[in-house]
Amino acid sequence: MAKLTIIQAINQALAQAMEQDPRVLVLGEDVGKNGGVFRATDGLLERFGEQRVVDTPLAESAIVGSSVGLAIGGMRPVAEIQFFGFIYETMDQIGTQAARIRFRSQGRYHVPLVIRAPYGGGVRTPEIHSDSIEAFFAHSPGIKVVTPSTPHDAKGLLLAAIQDPDPVLFIEPMRLYRAFREEVPDEWYEVPIGKARIAKEGEQVTVIAWGPMVPVAEQAAVQALESGISVEVIDLRTLSPLDLETITASVQKTGRAVVVHEAVRSGGLGAEVAAAIQEHAFLSLEAPIMRVTGYDTPFPVPSVEDLWLPDTGRVVAAIQAVMHY
Amino acid sequence: MDIAQEFPIQRVIDEEGQLVGDRSGVSDEQVREFYRWLVTLRTLDQRAWNLQRQGRIGTYPPFSGQEATQIGAVAALQKDDWICGSYRDWAALSYAGVPLSYPLLNSMGHAVSGRIPDGVNALPVQVVIAAQTLHAVGLAWSSALQNQGRVALTFFGDGATSQGDFHESLNLASVVKAPVVFLCQNNQWAISVPIARQMNSQTIAQRALAYNIEGIRVDGNDILAVYQTLREVVGRVREGRGPALIEAVTYRLGAHTTADDPTRYRPSEEEQRLSHGEPVARLRRYMLGNGLLTEDENKQVEEAAKATVEEAVQAAENFPKGSPEEVFDHVYAELTPQLRQQRAEFQQRIQEGGTARG
Ligand SMILES: Cc1ncc(C[n+]2csc(CCOP(=O)(O)OP(=O)(O)O)c2C)c(N)n1
Ligand SMILES: [Mg+2]
Repeated sequence: MAKLTIIQAINQALAQAMEQDPRVLVLGEDVGKNGGVFRATDGLLERFGEQRVVDTPLAESAIVGSSVGLAIGGMRPVAEIQFFGFIYETMDQIGTQAARIRFRSQGRYHVPLVIRAPYGGGVRTPEIHSDSIEAFFAHSPGIKVVTPSTPHDAKGLLLAAIQDPDPVLFIEPMRLYRAFREEVPDEWYEVPIGKARIAKEGEQVTVIAWGPMVPVAEQAAVQALESGISVEVIDLRTLSPLDLETITASVQKTGRAVVVHEAVRSGGLGAEVAAAIQEHAFLSLEAPIMRVTGYDTPFPVPSVEDLWLPDTGRVVAAIQAVMHY
Repeated sequence: MDIAQEFPIQRVIDEEGQLVGDRSGVSDEQVREFYRWLVTLRTLDQRAWNLQRQGRIGTYPPFSGQEATQIGAVAALQKDDWICGSYRDWAALSYAGVPLSYPLLNSMGHAVSGRIPDGVNALPVQVVIAAQTLHAVGLAWSSALQNQGRVALTFFGDGATSQGDFHESLNLASVVKAPVVFLCQNNQWAISVPIARQMNSQTIAQRALAYNIEGIRVDGNDILAVYQTLREVVGRVREGRGPALIEAVTYRLGAHTTADDPTRYRPSEEEQRLSHGEPVARLRRYMLGNGLLTEDENKQVEEAAKATVEEAVQAAENFPKGSPEEVFDHVYAELTPQLRQQRAEFQQRIQEGGTARG
């Protein structure tokens, strides 16, 4: 056991996966000598060599498209997209290829591919570097979408993603990369894909969040308790497929739900979660399901970022609104 | 085919400041003017780096080493021509008429830096590698369709040549004979990836062959070579003889951005070797050695540059902070009902003191 940050936990998971399975290779822009722009792949080139830690030419579609072939051909590629916003370059290879090969080939071929990408705001980046566009992929059958919010889950989920027989988009909350440390087991372990985590137990309101919004939701829960409201926080961890069981059980207990995401509001995953809740827990609901989200604009310039992003105050306000509906 | 022979590097002044080519296309006054710009923009770039280190601006992508390519190329354009660049092309934009405060405002996170002032025909800088090369094709194409006689010049890096967009640009422009000049700034690095790892071709210029367009290599640290080459190429392109690909061979003198640490991946021996021919010192050597500049005049140029840059810093730092709800402007021509409601909520939150509520 060692106390690791999220970025260190990811680095450790990659190293262990490569150690254990010679088919695993890491490819992407600046992942080799530079160790990735966030150092997620630091030290891997020295340990595993240029055949397995590949600085690719600057071409996202080539990274993902060739990974599809590598995966079908028997390798276990872990592709890095330097920032989630640049995944637009390879939407086609993900949406029409990686996600559909199993279906197209009627099960003859499958694509055990992991695509990693840092995402989210709060880091004062240039344009496109902070986008949260997970909903596009949750809306694409055939690819799973996973996002950790803690070092422990980062390692366990990444190892599970690498073991998964289907393509997994693994998005990493950039602002939490080095935000805190926690105990992470040295040995191999997996956190199952498709299982949410109760980050904090509570009785009156369920707040559902993922990735960078989990600490915001947890803080809001602490503040809400000061005014006597007991909040349960669910960290979804897997955005597709959703863990409806955990969500439903929680809302059946609390009777109220707030969904928090950094991504823009309209067409966001919050709408899917809300729809699922009213389908499965309608009779338990004491109030409409509320959403706290980014606004329907492109991600703003750094000077406006803090106001634009959902924060504790907005989440607390939504908690109070559903309490006093 | 002998690629080196097919694509020789055009050059007028060598690293030591010796005249090795024909500079008959550039007057002494123009040389002095270029030098003033080179010094001013180098001063700005270095100042920006320091401002970032002091926490006064955010992430900044330095263009030091690439001033000659950017200035020399824009100098070969006419006022109406289009410029499509990326994050590192503020020297080009500044020379084209965008205020020197804009690169600073950009790194301070002011949205205004995207609003290219009227009269300058340039798209805002954008970060998605190679995307702007296609916009240039469309702009040039639209000029041809409307008989405007305008050329589009697009800047991009060596890394950008790996993107599909780049190849699609060359092919489409060639097919429709769009009057576009593709100017690759081969600064040898794409963050940590050296050009030898980016491609297995000997040159970038040779890619023109595959698309049946003109391909030229020029010493990108030699402003006179860049300017004279571009003037000829722009002329031919404007006449409707099809697009051209120019590879300006240069060197990124420093880090990729202020967030990058090149000591992790780049040998300092290379830095020393390739920095020697950098454009500002090169032109200075030439001018000092050929009676175009005295040491005293050089001091004056440097002092004037400092003053100009100081004004730009002042302008940037005194720039009024926009009101945050402007983030809702310019998403569409008109606010949608959703955006109108969201803006009202946003304004109310700000009035109530921003974040802490409940
Ligand atoms: C589509 C896309 N992928 C990745 C990035 C991240 N990135 C920013 S600059 C850069 C390297 C670009 O190299 P080059 O084209 O040579 O331009 P230079 O930075 O050297 O000017 C990368 C990978 C990006 N901005 N856009
Ligand atoms: Mg480059």
